[in-house]
Amino acid sequence: MSTRLSSGGRLIDTSKPISFTFNGKSLKGYEGDTLASALLANDQMLMGRSFKYHRPRGVVSSGAEEPNALVNLGKGGKFEPNQRATTTELFEGLQATSQNHWPSLEFDIGAINSKLSRFLPAGFYYKMFIHPRPLWKHVYEPFIRQSAGLGQAPSAKDSSTYEHFYAFYDIAIIGGGLAGLQAARVAGASGKRVLLMEQTAHWGGRAQIDEEMVDGVPVDKFVDDTVAHLQSLPNVTLRTRMMGAGIYDHGYLLGYERLSDHVPDAAGPRHRLWRIRVGHIITATGAIERPLSFAENDKPGVVLASALRDYLIGYGVSLGDRTVVVTNNDDAYLTAIAVKNAGLDVPAIIDARQGGAGELGEKARALGIRVETGKGIARVLGGKRVTGVQICAQVGEGAPLEEIPCDCVAMSGGWSPVVHLWSHCGGKLYWDAENVMFRPDVQNYPIGYDGNTFVAVVGAANGHLALDAAIKDACDQTASLAGVSNPPELPSVASRQDALIEAVWMMPAGAGIKLRSKAWLDFQNDVKVSDLQLAAQEGFESVEHAKRYTTLGMATDQGKLSNINGLATLAGALNADIPAVGTTTFRPPYTPISMGAIAGHSRDEVFQPIRQTPMHKWHEAKGAYMEPVGYWRRPYCYPRGGETHAQAVEREINQTRSSLGLLDASTLGKLVVKGPDAGKFLDMLYTNMMSTLKPGKCRYGLMCSENGFLMDDGVVARIDEDTFLCHTTSGGADRIHAHMEEWLQTEWWDWKVYVVNLTEQLAQVAVVGPNARRALEKLGGMDVSKEALAFMEWKDGTLGGFDARVYRISFSGELSYEIAVLAGQGLAFWNALLEAGEEFGVTPYGTEALHVMRAEKGFIMIGDETDGTVIPQDLGLQWAISKKKEDFLGKRAQERSHMVDPDRWRLVGLETTDGSVLPDGAYAVGEGKNANGQKNTIGRVTSTYYSPTLKRGIAMGLVQNGPERMGEVIVFPKTDGTEVTAKIVDQVFYDKEGDKQDV
Amino acid sequence: MSETETASFPPFNGYVTVSKDASIGMITLRGALNSKGLGLAVGKSLPKERCILDAKDMQVAWMSPDELMVLCPKENVANLEADFQKSLGSQHALVSDVSDARAVFTLKGTNVREVVAKLAPVDMAPGHFGTGEMRRTRFGQIAAAFWMTADDEVKIICFRSVAQYMYQQLCVCAARGSELDLWT
Repeated sequence: MSTRLSSGGRLIDTSKPISFTFNGKSLKGYEGDTLASALLANDQMLMGRSFKYHRPRGVVSSGAEEPNALVNLGKGGKFEPNQRATTTELFEGLQATSQNHWPSLEFDIGAINSKLSRFLPAGFYYKMFIHPRPLWKHVYEPFIRQSAGLGQAPSAKDSSTYEHFYAFYDIAIIGGGLAGLQAARVAGASGKRVLLMEQTAHWGGRAQIDEEMVDGVPVDKFVDDTVAHLQSLPNVTLRTRMMGAGIYDHGYLLGYERLSDHVPDAAGPRHRLWRIRVGHIITATGAIERPLSFAENDKPGVVLASALRDYLIGYGVSLGDRTVVVTNNDDAYLTAIAVKNAGLDVPAIIDARQGGAGELGEKARALGIRVETGKGIARVLGGKRVTGVQICAQVGEGAPLEEIPCDCVAMSGGWSPVVHLWSHCGGKLYWDAENVMFRPDVQNYPIGYDGNTFVAVVGAANGHLALDAAIKDACDQTASLAGVSNPPELPSVASRQDALIEAVWMMPAGAGIKLRSKAWLDFQNDVKVSDLQLAAQEGFESVEHAKRYTTLGMATDQGKLSNINGLATLAGALNADIPAVGTTTFRPPYTPISMGAIAGHSRDEVFQPIRQTPMHKWHEAKGAYMEPVGYWRRPYCYPRGGETHAQAVEREINQTRSSLGLLDASTLGKLVVKGPDAGKFLDMLYTNMMSTLKPGKCRYGLMCSENGFLMDDGVVARIDEDTFLCHTTSGGADRIHAHMEEWLQTEWWDWKVYVVNLTEQLAQVAVVGPNARRALEKLGGMDVSKEALAFMEWKDGTLGGFDARVYRISFSGELSYEIAVLAGQGLAFWNALLEAGEEFGVTPYGTEALHVMRAEKGFIMIGDETDGTVIPQDLGLQWAISKKKEDFLGKRAQERSHMVDPDRWRLVGLETTDGSVLPDGAYAVGEGKNANGQKNTIGRVTSTYYSPTLKRGIAMGLVQNGPERMGEVIVFPKTDGTEVTAKIVDQVFYDKEGDKQDV
Repeated sequence: MSETETASFPPFNGYVTVSKDASIGMITLRGALNSKGLGLAVGKSLPKERCILDAKDMQVAWMSPDELMVLCPKENVANLEADFQKSLGSQHALVSDVSDARAVFTLKGTNVREVVAKLAPVDMAPGHFGTGEMRRTRFGQIAAAFWMTADDEVKIICFRSVAQYMYQQLCVCAARGSELDLWT
């Protein structure tokens, strides 16, 4: 059984007990424990089930690489699945539940898959579910969806908060082990701005477990002193619980800081994502121990040798009374020695190497530990727990020589440098065959802005597994890139003579299919040695293909344990060298980061900016139904009492057409264009002639892209000889402003024109209806008579004491004034208009009434009648395209053959024969069928409304040869299978002569 | 500030305080950035790139290689505008009152730098940004500009339509418990 020992535990504080629950069971741990160490201390070896075969699984590692011990953490708004028990710090009241089993962790129906595993090899899903096709959607997929997936999706809204932080450093060091600390000491001495981050809560890394004395003092004191020294430097920032998540181009680094995962009730954000710009990044991320591939190596109780030391020395937790150590290198001997020194039994060290270990081997033998060289494990015995191992000759086929009873197996297949961050931004690797590891290839580095590398890998991450070599490497590289000529002296550390590692990718080397199909590579995704070999046999030779076919390394641990063993196995099956097979690409983040951290503060009310006009709060107070228009929210209509939206729109239109309506038009873009060349500039931007416009006059204009397509429209007013005011669509203001600046800055940089966006400086109100003039006259001030201010003219003056600019323009077909006042006075002006209009039954109207009224008048709307493929000629707007101008944006494009094709769909009005409203976007069908057997289409609806004025459905649409087919009836099939017929008519349904607006 | 303004933007006491200022005068000037051009209008001295400087009764901020912004009491806008126009004469330039287009916020407290750095991609470390500088940038998802009036005070301007968003995100980021204490 696993249990807490009476002594040991460098990382825990036994004076501070903590209670927590696992699957509802109340358990005890200590401050400093991880959830994994606390569970083990309570003899909870079984922590989860595997993904595919639902095999019982216990913890295999002690850190970020853990594939097995994933739990659901927390409740309600704090619930999160797939949390690694090995990196979850224990806190009072922690609630964890196990995942991926039914009905219970101990008894899981899905475990039947394990019995069926020979029928579920790599690629099983691809092969099995491809035929017959219809079964996929209705049978296979729903079934697989139900059984697949790790953990549960949260059902409650996340109650935590998150934030981002922008930081700038000269040097950022990732990893707070001895190499990282040494790098920080050196970099700190340079005076440059230095950030040192460590993903766990502790400084010192593996040295805290594996070393006794550093620089003549106990290791923990050495680490404390070093950290204290660094904290005293004003140019060094230290952060624990912060992971270097990803490295990107231009020295961009993401730091993922977990602030309150270990104190969930603390105020403030749970996670903070640091968005860091750095001159140089130093990764001192250490190395990860590899498992060995032997049969049943996934049984709870089989752990990495280093993890066993972590639990024993760091947390005072024993995983069993009898531990067999199996290895191909010297490092695992430390585990045997530590176990023995803790007073527990080590029946044997099984060393696959004929020659055995160096000085550690002598030390182990001196402690009375039996060392078997040239041997391997043929099979692990036991069900939900290890009960023993069969040992065999490593070079053989696995005939058992002996059974050794034990309750724990500590394995080590060597160490893999954590090169992930180096690789994120393009750093390449080379295979060091002697030391059996991929190492950063300094010739093929992540390229910075200046062509040099901006990432340096130091210490064990650079392949220097021995501590003395690691800190020397950290010191040398840091001193060189930080420009420190006299770096602080290296601390003295113990060094030892190790024998060389020997590559062992299958144990025993000649294992048959029965053993290979039980030798796990990827624990979380249940990928075995036999699966990789099958993939190779079936032709998946590329490591990237084999990865996807077998799902090796595609689980939440991203193959931290399985990657190297997997590709070595693939190389073996392909008879290729490991470097020839290569690795899959390491991508950010290093371990999964929370969605909340990515969103940062952008949630709830600040999820996205909502633009508000000066009258916005008034609209909201009146119960307006708002709709998004760009980032604006505009009133769609103002329902009163129990009105439906349709009823409200009808009332607003009828009241406006019969008396008086008000529209908040503040969102309209208002761009001032000024300079001696302003007229020339606008002649190029608009299709029509603007330079001939007289001051005091307005003109409707069209703007096209250089490809000829209509992109915006609006009324241009000439303010004076040098100055124009261009109105744009509400959604187009910023885009058109940028469009103007782009042409001025890149093409016509010598033209004397300045543009300023005054959209937000001015509130604008449309006063619309036959009583509009009387209402303004009631306000008093400037003369707004037809004689003083004719249709398509503007004037400055005062109205009701407000400084105002008044435009006689109409988008509704009625007598209409658009009045601009300073934004700060917008609401007061709006209220003054409501008061003045009261006797006329003034009604504010929304965007839908605006849309219907313009459609009744046959006016186009950018975004309805246009979709980026429509040219003005399609819309019958030839009158607004100047023939006198030598050039304008879009002119040449509009002369291309396809643009002058007489068969282009062109704008017409559509009247349903039964008076109903055509469905929006409906297509009209013609004769015959196309190459795909579909009916040919001859047109589509672009705008369609119920017209309260005409009391019937009206629509506009683009129809092939439309204007030539007036009076014809065409057919629109509907989605319910029925169809509706409509007559092609002129698109101006209301006041074609324009008498009403020009009064 | 009007009553509705106070209701929408109550002063917020986080670990730095957030408050909305009464609107101030702002004039956009576009033209040649030299002593004969805009320098003539604002009075000889021009702010250096990304800087703001105090001139007589106003502050002048660098906005781009051909743009300045003048900050002044609101009641002075009309007179200043006329003065600028007059001194620029027939030069090609654009002078425009933009006071109503903007909202102004003040952050106050020893940790103001941090709160800015949570929202704007700007190096806010002491010695890397300070009084006399003006930065056009973004705060969260919106355009903004800011400058420091003292080591514990930041002024931020944004478009008026997004004042609510700016206020709310400043409050979120200034909430107590979210301190980094990096520079204090």
